[in-house]
Amino acid sequence: MAIIDDLFKILVFPGFLFVVNLGLFLEWLDRKIYARLQNRVGPPWYQPWLDILKLLSKEDVIPEGASRFMFTWLPVFYLAVTVTASLCIPVGTYAAIYSFPGDLIVVLFLLTLATIILFLLGWYSGSPFGRVGAVRAVTQFLAYEVPLVAALLTQALLADSWSISLVMARTTVGFPRFVVVHLTALAVALISLQGKLLRVPFDAPEAETEIVAGPFTEYTGRRLAFIRLAERTEMAVGVGLVSDLFLPFPARLGVLGFVISAILVTFVLSVLRASVARFRIEDTTVLAWKYILPFSALGMVLAIIVRG
Amino acid sequence: MSDMEIPVGPQHPALKEPESFRFELEGEIVKSVDIRLGYVHRGIERACQDRTWVQAVYLIERICGICSHSHTTCFCQAVEDIAGLEVPRRARYIRSLIGEMERIHSHLLWLGLAGHEVGFDTLFMYAWRDREVILDALEAISGNRVNYGMNTIGGVRRDLTDRDVEELRSAIRILEERVGYYTDVALEESTFRNRLEGVGKITKQQAIDLGTVGPTARAAGVNVDLRRDDPYAAYDEIPFNVVTAEAGDLLAAAEVRLGEIRESIGIMKYILDNLPDGPIAVKAPRRIPPGEACSRYEAPRGEDIHYVRSSGGDKPERVKVRAPTLANINAVAESMKGVRVADIPIIIAGIDPCFSCTDRMVRLEDRISGRVEVLRWQDLSRRYRR
Repeated sequence: MAIIDDLFKILVFPGFLFVVNLGLFLEWLDRKIYARLQNRVGPPWYQPWLDILKLLSKEDVIPEGASRFMFTWLPVFYLAVTVTASLCIPVGTYAAIYSFPGDLIVVLFLLTLATIILFLLGWYSGSPFGRVGAVRAVTQFLAYEVPLVAALLTQALLADSWSISLVMARTTVGFPRFVVVHLTALAVALISLQGKLLRVPFDAPEAETEIVAGPFTEYTGRRLAFIRLAERTEMAVGVGLVSDLFLPFPARLGVLGFVISAILVTFVLSVLRASVARFRIEDTTVLAWKYILPFSALGMVLAIIVRG
Repeated sequence: MSDMEIPVGPQHPALKEPESFRFELEGEIVKSVDIRLGYVHRGIERACQDRTWVQAVYLIERICGICSHSHTTCFCQAVEDIAGLEVPRRARYIRSLIGEMERIHSHLLWLGLAGHEVGFDTLFMYAWRDREVILDALEAISGNRVNYGMNTIGGVRRDLTDRDVEELRSAIRILEERVGYYTDVALEESTFRNRLEGVGKITKQQAIDLGTVGPTARAAGVNVDLRRDDPYAAYDEIPFNVVTAEAGDLLAAAEVRLGEIRESIGIMKYILDNLPDGPIAVKAPRRIPPGEACSRYEAPRGEDIHYVRSSGGDKPERVKVRAPTLANINAVAESMKGVRVADIPIIIAGIDPCFSCTDRMVRLEDRISGRVEVLRWQDLSRRYRR
């Protein structure tokens, strides 16, 4: 029975099905909020699911200049990596499938791997748009990764642990004594997450009007569906991680609190997306290294001081 | 990263019409650009020669979906000039009114597209939503949103009723408020400013040397505006200012266009307050006497020139159109040197290009065999006949 229980956890809840559907739900939420902010109607709630189904039925093309092996398998790896990362994310008080001291590092590593896969996707797709997008993805990675890690590290320092569930239990339960430190780190984490998920204003790697779709330009049909699912899962993992580590609800209200927090974080990210223009890739780097990084370092220093 | 070539067009999300720009890149920096026109040539000039004068007006209207009124006014003025027709004063006022409404919706369209090109889709959606106000007003007056069919040789086809005037006044009230808001957003929002400031810059001398027209020239400090310099329609009686800027970059172009929207609103108000009474058209003869004329018009994108020649028949002998984009496209090539890939779309969009109006002739060159084929009118019509 233990095997069935494990399989259920991995495949249904809180594993694959839950995290993928959460990702698609957050996509709908994001699109709906974005649309309402622009005075549009926005899509019905089932639209993301239909999009995936439609893509699955579309023609699958491998361009001449692309590496066949890479082109076929990278989308699968992309989805595999993001879903694996989700295994370590506790859903509120519902423990993660695979939880151990240091799982925060593993999640960060897997998310980094996702960006490397993104680079390879673009590089091996045999399109100049893909290549420019790939190089931009890596450049942007250098910009947001350090602040993102620093922000999460701040929380880890305060909790004196690298385990997501312990950080969650120690920093978000009870009256937050270090509100200023938490908020500093949260701001940095949200902005870096926006960069990680390639959303406006940090969408230069897939800037539609410049390089079509960047790394994904040549992808169609099933493979694009895999990439889409992987992106949504990445969003769910990123948003879930920030919710768990920073917001008070997951530790108190369990699964419901986790979903509420995810909705709140998505709302902030959507409003940010709707209110600014895209940064050039150089500007992103400058912004990250000149302003966000010192800010995140300040958070870390504060964390060390207040912890005593 | 080694050198690579990026094709922007003929099919590319940044372009709303097919046209080809090939960029040679060094990293993210543009080394050179090769512009190729001719993907949407429709042979309208030649097709006019097979149509009667009145039919030609409707065909000319379809040169451009945005500045349709500009082209018909320009064409009608040339024909009226040859035939010696005196257009009634009320008709001239209505022509100016529609022309200014067209300018407003064209500039709002540009603002939205500029937002889209730099990834600021919210501005895009808002600008286009409020562009509907002016499109609805145009529909109320003419029955159509874009190809209004207002002009005819000798005047205009539809009169303004009192209700139209009232509706226009309320539309103007909404627009005035919204345009003020966009001016704030577009010129103050720092991420948007940052993407326009210093981008696509041309100097005043370059603007003159390259023969730029319209807002592109005015943004670089060249003080030209045909409405003032060579008045047509009712512009000799209407007070307005020519908006210019000095910087020559895209921020200046945005300033000029937003300023022009405000001026256009002022012109519309003046016209509604001072609309003269009288007939709206004089009867034009079926056959236009022999002669030729050149007519100029300040379209939203710049100077539009039509040359018309008649041999005394019921059809034009020759119609020649020079749309403003053709004059401005050289400025794009010039300001493209040394820019970053991120700025390519906004620089192309910066002149508010209208490629189907610009495309001239189809010369197919097979790069492998070296065979050159020039499509003649007969080939074109055979190829696209259904």
